[in-house]
Parts: sequence; C-alpha cells; structure tokens
Amino acid sequence: MSTPDRSNKENSATQSSSGSFWNDPDKRSLVFQVLLVLGLAAVFLYIINNTLTNLEQRGITTGFAFLDVEAGFGILQSLIPYTETDSYGRTFLVGLLNTILVSVLGIIAATFLGFFLGVGRLSKNWLISKVCTVYIEIFRNIPLLLQIFFWYYAVLRTLPSPRQSIEFLGSFLNIRGLYMPELVGTGGFNVVWIAFFAGLVATWLMKRWADKRHDDTGQEFPTLYAGLGLILGLPFIVFLIMGMPLTVEHPELKGFNFVGGMVLIPELMALWFALTIYTAAFIAEIVRGGILSVPGGQLEAASALGLPRGKTLRFIILPQALRVIIPPLTSQYLNLTKNSSLATAIGYPDLVSVFAGTTLNQTGQAIEVIFMTMAVYLTLSILTSIFMNWYNSRKALIER
Amino acid sequence: MKYDLEPTLPAPSSTTGVIGWMRRNLFSNATNSIATLIIGYFLVTLLGPALQWAFIDSDWFGDSPAACTSGGACWAFITYRMDQFMYGFYPETEYWRINITFLIFAVAIIWLVTDKTPYKGYVSIFVLFIYPVIAFYLLYGGSFGLEVIETHKWGGLSLTLVLAIIGIVAAMPFGILLALGRRSNMPIVKAFSVIYIEFWRGVPLITVLFMASVMLPLFVPEEITFDKLLRALIGIILFQSAYMAEVIRGGLQAIPKGQYEAADSLGLSYWKSMSFIILPQALKMMIPGIVNTFIALFKDTSLVLIIGLFDILAIVQAANSDSAWLGFSTEGYIFVAFVFWVFCFGMSRYSQNLEKRLQTGHNTR
Repeated sequence: MSTPDRSNKENSATQSSSGSFWNDPDKRSLVFQVLLVLGLAAVFLYIINNTLTNLEQRGITTGFAFLDVEAGFGILQSLIPYTETDSYGRTFLVGLLNTILVSVLGIIAATFLGFFLGVGRLSKNWLISKVCTVYIEIFRNIPLLLQIFFWYYAVLRTLPSPRQSIEFLGSFLNIRGLYMPELVGTGGFNVVWIAFFAGLVATWLMKRWADKRHDDTGQEFPTLYAGLGLILGLPFIVFLIMGMPLTVEHPELKGFNFVGGMVLIPELMALWFALTIYTAAFIAEIVRGGILSVPGGQLEAASALGLPRGKTLRFIILPQALRVIIPPLTSQYLNLTKNSSLATAIGYPDLVSVFAGTTLNQTGQAIEVIFMTMAVYLTLSILTSIFMNWYNSRKALIER
Repeated sequence: MKYDLEPTLPAPSSTTGVIGWMRRNLFSNATNSIATLIIGYFLVTLLGPALQWAFIDSDWFGDSPAACTSGGACWAFITYRMDQFMYGFYPETEYWRINITFLIFAVAIIWLVTDKTPYKGYVSIFVLFIYPVIAFYLLYGGSFGLEVIETHKWGGLSLTLVLAIIGIVAAMPFGILLALGRRSNMPIVKAFSVIYIEFWRGVPLITVLFMASVMLPLFVPEEITFDKLLRALIGIILFQSAYMAEVIRGGLQAIPKGQYEAADSLGLSYWKSMSFIILPQALKMMIPGIVNTFIALFKDTSLVLIIGLFDILAIVQAANSDSAWLGFSTEGYIFVAFVFWVFCFGMSRYSQNLEKRLQTGHNTR
C-alpha cells in the first residue's frame, strides 16, 4: 500500500544530496511527510472511488440502515432473548455476547490449567515435569483450528444420540450437547445476591483497614479467613434465613431430546476445550518464565529472615513473578479472544460467524459489517494495552 | 601398624544408579511418591491402549476401508490419499515440478543454516530474488513449455508451504520499512506506522481473510480480478508485516546507541547507516524472533480453509466426509497434527539453539 511513496523518499534523498535545501534535515523530513500524506490520500481516494462505483453497479446501498431490518434467521445459542423477527442489529449483539461468553470461559480455564502446568514443569518430580513438558511441546505446536476440528468432529460429533446419552452426576452427554441440572433461584433469591455483593464490598473495606493497621502497628489480621467468611458465609446465612429459595431443575428426556436444565452445545464445548488446551500451553511457559525470573538470592534472603514456605511464596516470589507474568498473560488473553473467532469454522454463533458470516451474506454490506467486526476486536485490544500500561506503571520497579 | 588408606567404600546403593535416581526424582517424599504413582497409573492405562491402537492393531496399506481389519487405527486412509494430501489437485504427471521447487528451497535453506558453508551471501540473494521467479514458473507454469496449472488446483501440504513462505518473505521488506517508520523522528511517518501496526495486530487473522476475500474486489476497478490464492496472500502479507515490524523493532532497539552515533559521526546518510551498520547487526539478532513469527504464521495458514482454499487441513477435512471412507477423522487429524508438529517443533528447536549461539554480548548488561 505504501511502497510507492516510500521509494520516492529514497530516490529524492540520494539524487539531491548536493543541494543545500536537501541538506537541511528539517526541510527534508517536511518534504517526505508531505509526500507520504499525498500518497496515502491518493491511495485512499482511489479505493473509495472504486468502492463506490462498484457498490453502485451491484446495487448495494451503503450506510447502517440495515441494522434495523429484520434478520429472519435463527441463532443456535443466545444469551439474550432472540427470535428470527429481530433486527440485524440484534444479531450483532447476540454474536458479541457469545464471543464474550466463550472468551471468559476460556480465559478462566486456561489460566488455571496454565498455572498448574507452568508450576508442574518446574517440579522436582521428574515424572510431573516431563508430563507437563510433553503437554506444552505438543499442544502449542499444533494449529488451533485443527484442535477445534478434532474436538468437534472426532470427539463430540461421534457421541451417541439423546436416547443413549452418557449419564453422570445427573447430567447427560450426547451428540446434542451436555445437559446439566440447573439451579433456579425462586422468590427472595435476589437478597442472597445483594448479600454476596455486600460481602465483597465489606471485604475490600476490611482489607484497607487491615493493611493500614499493619503499616501503623505491625499487627496482623487474618484477612483471608475473614474475607472468605464475609463473601461466602454472609450470603449463606441470608440464604438460610430466606428459607432456601432455590430449586434444582433436572433435564428430562421428552420425545427426541432433553428438556429443562442447562445445556452446553457441542460447538461451545469444542471451542472452549480447544482454546483452553492451546492457550494453557502458552500460559504455562509464561508462568515458568516468571517464576524463573525471581533471582535465587530472594529465596535465600527470605529463608534467612525465617519466613515459612507459604509466606515466602506469597510475599516474596509471587509479587515479583507476577510483575513479569501479567503483561504477556494479558496479551495471551487477548489472543484467546481473537482466536475465538475460529468459531465460525464449526458454526458456534460468535461475532464473526453470526455477523461477519450470515448477516454479511444476507445483506451484502461487506464494508459496514467488516468494519464493525474489526472495531470490536480493536476496541478490546486497545483496552488491553491501556490496562497493561496502567499495570506496568503501577508495578514497575521503583529504583533509587 | 597399618599406614595405608583403606580403599574408599562405594556410595550406598540407595543413592546411585537407577534406584538412587528414582529416589531423588520420583519418590523424594510422601507427596511426590503419591503423585508419581497416580500419574504413572494414568500414563500406563492411557498410553498402553493408545499405542496398541496406533501401532500394534493398525493397518497401514489398502485401497478401501475393507483393508482395515485389525480393529485399530486405519492408516490406510492416509497412505491411500497421501498424494492428494501432499499435492492437492495438482495433475499427477506434474508432481515433479512441486518436488523440484521444494527440493531447491530445502537445499538452499539447509545451506544457509549449516555452519561454515561458503558463499552464504550469494545463496541468500538467490533465495530472496532469483528463487521466487523460478518457483513461480515451476509451480504456475505458462512459460518454458510448462503447462499452466491454475491455482485452484493447488492444495495440500505444498499449498500450506507456499502460503507460509511467501507470507513471511514478502512481509519482510514491509516489516523493515514499518519498523524504521515507527522509530522515525518524523511525526506523520511515525503515526502512520503505529496506526498500521496496531490496527493489524489488533484484529484476528480470520477477519483479515474475510476482508481480503470480500472487500478487496470492491477496492479495485471491476476489470481487475484477483484469484482466491492471491487474495488470501494479500491478506496474510498485510497482517504479517505488522507482526514482522514489531520483531524488527525489537532487534533495532537491542542495538546499542553508540552504533547509531558512530554511524552518524562517520557522516553516513540515514539509509546508508541503516543498511550497512544497523540492519546487518539487528537482523542477525532477529532471526529467532523471525522464526517464531514464522511458526505462528505456519500454524495460522490453516485458517485459509475458511475462505475456501485447500491447504493440508482443509483437504483432510474434505477427505473425512468422503462417504467411502467415513469414520476415520481421528486418523486424519492425527496425521495433520503430526505434520504440523514436526515442522513447528523442529523450527522452534532451531530458533532456541540459535538464540543461545547468538549471545554475542549485545544483550548482556
């Protein structure tokens, strides 16, 4: 795109090295930049001009008016109420929420698995460390799309039909997905939620108070247990007081399929497994690098101070390792979110599959649709880099 | 009286040999022993049947599923279609053209990565400038009496390699320019480079491929048409040059400031100091990073199946749904996984070795 302008710059620099005008770096750079702007403007005008002519010839209207038009197609899974009579704008929202759902599930699972593997690879136990190494070296060197296909076509699509479901713990696994019992809150359950959030706020306030007292007097306060008590215990007491407003809804086989309960569709499961397994391999390497980056002297210093093992880990190793781990970890989270767009290959209704797939094909408005899709991912990546800069500036080593 | 030393006793048998090793590494304390036993149990119960399935009870050759009688893996599915998985729909009589193309490439690359081979400079110029022309005429044809093979007939592993190699080589010059632009003092050039790099790095490759296949035809006058492979390549190059630029920027930043100042004090112009002083040093340090981006790109080429190109994964996926050979998708995926794994693991090992060897003192503080 930008080659012509750049080669111009080079030519003009070599041709006129004798003239006095060109020997002034300020003037020279001004000329280059003007040329670059002109070149870019020309390219963009050319593209816009062609696009408008092409669109006119194909009879495609431009603009975002299509977002209000009735979509007329069904979506496999939706977190918000959606029917075929809803608009294209709503399909965007449904797809976006599905992308967020699989990303959040994947991030949580991949973090746990990744930390486990990363620590395991450093284990003194030969067998554990070798198993973790083999896992990492296998799964990060196989394309993610292949892993998604494997889970979807070779594993989940070969499960039995609903009548021969595999049953475990009150759940049913078959070719249509995993049907699980669902906990449904009845009247008064909202109070439990309120208690839960009150517990969170109270824990945060308590932590601040405890830290301040620790700084002032050196006395310690069991923040962890008190916090757990507030966050879990408080809602539980409220739950008992309200008369246990919770029922369990079991999935039941009716006709050809299960009704009731909660269902994980196989597309979601395949995507979730593959994203987790693939990203965990990368997270494991980040965690390992982070832990190895803490100098051995720190450990020796901690044991010289007489800190027990748990406290060494909590106050010495983790804070220093996390400083190294968090920035690449966030970019892995971002990668996972971007990789979730591979959903389109197995038909999980994420943003790319629903909006840049079906909606684009039905409306033909490629420019607007692709623009909106890219804008979503760009926003996410900009938010991530803002977070990373904030974190780095907060956690950067302050040296004297 | 005895004045000679007694011969030293051997170390206790519990600390040497296999037993000692196992005590140190597997059963050093109670928790470790339990963990070892649990993991060992799972490994034995899982790996045993897996090996039995893949090797002992497997059938390797045959031209129909009827040949698979042993009850294990049916590798006949792979061997029967091996040609297709490697060459796609390329005419069988022309396979030699693909073979020669990749043979030349393999020889040149081995020449370049082996220590102490002479004329490395000439070989790299050959690979970067002359080889692409030869490869184009060999693969596509249309000259020297070679029949034209349209790109929709290309496929399999050879297409995967074509996409990955062209993607990385063509992204290189753009990446260098963008990296230099990002470090430039000129505000507009810098802003353009930053926006370009952050834009492409912020979006998933799949939307880039969608864009290349749906929007690119709208951007040019109607007379100009791109074929599918070219569209995918343009998308990949746009995307990859942003990642390349960041790798190169990392290399440029690792060059000590004194090198820039020394070049300036010799009176070298910007382009001369870059091409004779900075880039030769920086590029050497960047090779591991470039290999790593190449691995990522190599894995990502499998995405082209979504816009309808038949790379190795797509062609196996298509073979899986062949009604004569239903039910062998596991074998198919394991085969593709193995091919990708061999390439990616090999390259990552090479880049790790290189990283160790290239520690010439720049990175130490």
